[in-house]
Amino acid sequence: MKYRHLIFSNLFRKKIRTTLTVGSFAVALFLFGLLAVVRGAFNQGLEVAGADRLVIVNRVSIIQPLPIAYKERLLQIGGVKAVTHANWFGGVYQDERNFFPQFAIDTETYRAMFPEFAMPEDQWKAFVADREGAIVGDDLVKRFHWKVGDRVPIKGTIFPGTWEFNIRGIYHGTRQADDTTQFWFHYKLLEERQNQYWRGLVGWYTVRIDNPDHAVPVAKAIDESFANSPWETKTDTEKAFAASFVKQAGNIQFLMLSIGGVVFFTLLLVTGNTMAIAVRDRVRELAILKAVGYSDRFVLALVLGESLILALVGGGVGILLAKLLTLGGDPTRGLLPFFYLPTSAAIAGIGLALAVGVLGGILPAFSAMRLRVVDALRRV
Amino acid sequence: MVRVDGRGDGASLVRVRGLDKKYQRGSEEIHVLQGLNLDVDAGDFVAFMGPSGSGKTTLLNLLGGIDLPTAGSITVAGDEITHMSAGKLTAWRARHVGFIFQMYNLIPVLTAFQNVELPLLLTKLSKAERRKHVETALGVVGLGDRMDHFPRQLSGGQEQRVGIARAIVADPTFLLCDEPTGDLDRKSADEVMDLLGRLVREHGKTVLLVTHDPVAAERAQVVLHLNKGVLEEGRKAEAAR
Repeated sequence: MKYRHLIFSNLFRKKIRTTLTVGSFAVALFLFGLLAVVRGAFNQGLEVAGADRLVIVNRVSIIQPLPIAYKERLLQIGGVKAVTHANWFGGVYQDERNFFPQFAIDTETYRAMFPEFAMPEDQWKAFVADREGAIVGDDLVKRFHWKVGDRVPIKGTIFPGTWEFNIRGIYHGTRQADDTTQFWFHYKLLEERQNQYWRGLVGWYTVRIDNPDHAVPVAKAIDESFANSPWETKTDTEKAFAASFVKQAGNIQFLMLSIGGVVFFTLLLVTGNTMAIAVRDRVRELAILKAVGYSDRFVLALVLGESLILALVGGGVGILLAKLLTLGGDPTRGLLPFFYLPTSAAIAGIGLALAVGVLGGILPAFSAMRLRVVDALRRV
Repeated sequence: MVRVDGRGDGASLVRVRGLDKKYQRGSEEIHVLQGLNLDVDAGDFVAFMGPSGSGKTTLLNLLGGIDLPTAGSITVAGDEITHMSAGKLTAWRARHVGFIFQMYNLIPVLTAFQNVELPLLLTKLSKAERRKHVETALGVVGLGDRMDHFPRQLSGGQEQRVGIARAIVADPTFLLCDEPTGDLDRKSADEVMDLLGRLVREHGKTVLLVTHDPVAAERAQVVLHLNKGVLEEGRKAEAAR
């Protein structure tokens, strides 16, 4: 590209100005990246939700249980292919800040319901054979430096006492957004050791249906089956269930778009102002370029090119910093287990930076394009 | 042969007929050039003199295609430029005109080499060919050893010589010089005028020069005076010195 020194030498003409402009892009895109990470963390459940799975909870509240007897009744409802259940344990490992979810699962049905969680067959068999066994996600293994064979004590909060588990296997997510911060153990162990109140109760059910298109009628049929009973149900698709959690955290998306909008509008003003100053500083030089035969379009492209390079470099630095920050994993110790920047968000960020570069540079570029040589030479 | 009576033959390199230029300043209309005629042959060295506001620079801008006349025509090497589209005029300038300005107008962030190379970037010359042309042009102006210097590292006279190298590097049809010595001390001004004289004598260039400086004008073959928008024939020299 024979014109590159024209563009780059202009960018380095005012090093402080260029640095500050690139910096403003970098900060804005870093912020954008972080917002995307936080949004992704909240919406992760939506992304990975199985289209053919329904979640059934107690109609009163998610923290109210359902009877274990519902398992067989659910299997008799038309459209239901498989059923599993789990309980929230809510224990603490060493320190309350070490949050991660622990589920007491039905070892006979849970694994088939969630094939996205992969693990070696022998590890699963070892887990099933050991009543005090546990399967843990690979994120937990990295976080706490666990390994298969370790004995892990967890202090119960809902279910009193210190519970000790043997790690028998490690599962991996087959997709990037899969939650690998879970800790599974035998529901049977929970049932054996819990007090009378909790016996015969489960936290929620998950069912697989034969056709995702029938999700609504099947959910309705399930809820109608248990209507007017002491344990009425509320059935949702897995996606709707995950979305209800997101709603509880407030309208993150609105928050993100609002902050992002303000940041980008400010950035647009900064870029536009910088480019306008850059053009004003160089009116005579641009006139000389035109006088020696450079076309109006070339001058337009030159100014716009400078703006785009600032946007690309600044935006790239910002996104890179956001990416680097997420490499360290969740800084909240478990509140945001999916703390990573999706490639799609990084691409969207660069795209936005370039769009701002175009919008910020277009007016100064047009003014440079329309510059009349004689007027510009006379002006200075 | 330079004529201002409009009777030049069709062989003139530059042919100007009935050139008018008016400016509107507020409610006042300023008639800068009035029905001006001019014929300049290839290889001529012409100086335009006249008081401030007499229209010298306006005439040069019109001849260089960076301003448009109110009426009249300008033909250069057979091309009638007064009715060209902006795009065609830009391309025409690249091919035919070498500008030399009073303030040098070099791009400060580019080296002497890169400044001189600017007009050649518009051509299809290869990098090696461009380098050869630039080295030749800088050699002609005596700055072959200053190629990598930035304008701030050069004296005023040297900067102007880089400006001249930039003007000649693409071998244009003619050079238009607007007060090229106006910002220089006497010694540097003499060097620049020596250089322009050499370009005419040794390289057959056609030079049209606007100047306030009678010493500089002395170097031209013909001195024309612009007075109230009208061109008057002045001294004619035997040859450029």
